[in-house]
Amino acid sequence: MSQWSFVAAAYAVMLGGAGALTLVSYLAMKRAEK
Amino acid sequence: MAGNTDDVPEKPPYSRVIVATLHTLANPARFLKIARPLTGSFLALGIALIAIAVWAGLSQTPPDYLQGETVRILYIHVPAAWLGMGGWSGIAVASLSLIVWRHPLAQVAARAIAWPGAVFTALCLATGSIWGRPTWGTWWQWDGRLTSMLLLLFVYLGYIALARADADRGGDGRIPALYGLAGTALLPVIRYSVVWWNTLHQGQSIGLTGSSIDRSLLWPLPIALAGFTFLFAAIVLMRMRTLLAQAKAEARMRRMARA
Repeated sequence: MSQWSFVAAAYAVMLGGAGALTLVSYLAMKRAEK
Repeated sequence: MAGNTDDVPEKPPYSRVIVATLHTLANPARFLKIARPLTGSFLALGIALIAIAVWAGLSQTPPDYLQGETVRILYIHVPAAWLGMGGWSGIAVASLSLIVWRHPLAQVAARAIAWPGAVFTALCLATGSIWGRPTWGTWWQWDGRLTSMLLLLFVYLGYIALARADADRGGDGRIPALYGLAGTALLPVIRYSVVWWNTLHQGQSIGLTGSSIDRSLLWPLPIALAGFTFLFAAIVLMRMRTLLAQAKAEARMRRMARA
């Protein structure tokens, strides 16, 4: 496997995880404040 | 008369200013007035800085002479570790505020920090594992740094379960707060694990006085740290607003049930 595959996987995990957490928190806030 | 200090109001000491600010924020309505505009600003600033850091980290820095291209994982792995440990420090400060000053928002703040802290600790372990495979030839090693970070994740999960159970039983939050303070003992273990034990994980390369990493590689890291910190702050504010809105709705339901 090329080194770039590991870099891409790490960035996908980090950005995907942080993005999902942000989205879930935002939707929960909107639902609760409605 | 010059030199007569009777008419000049004495400046309050910093500790009194901090306590006054904390008391001002103790009112949930006043807190929400400040938190609402801050949430969007922190989120926008965080996303913009992360975008710059990712672009710079993937295209504007040279590969490392030893690690090659995989050194680029640094720009996401270090912020995840910083927020995993910083999150627990936040829980400790909130726990102390609850126990000492009975600050009404302290319990809400600690509960709001717990999930993002646990997620960033898990992301630190995941990105570290992906980095470890091409660098060390293994996905996982039971060494001091990796194991203590895994323990921090379990401590977070324990806090989340305890805080939820305490809230469900109508507790005053003191038991989770004591747990939050006790868990702080793990932070120096993580920090000094690379010094105390001969670990596979590299030693400290960034300190307060300097860094052993070359400047050409290092410069996107502060941007990434700032970006993810603003994103973390925005997530915590969103979660605090959620918890406060839920508490308000529950109080309204209780009032309606009594009427």
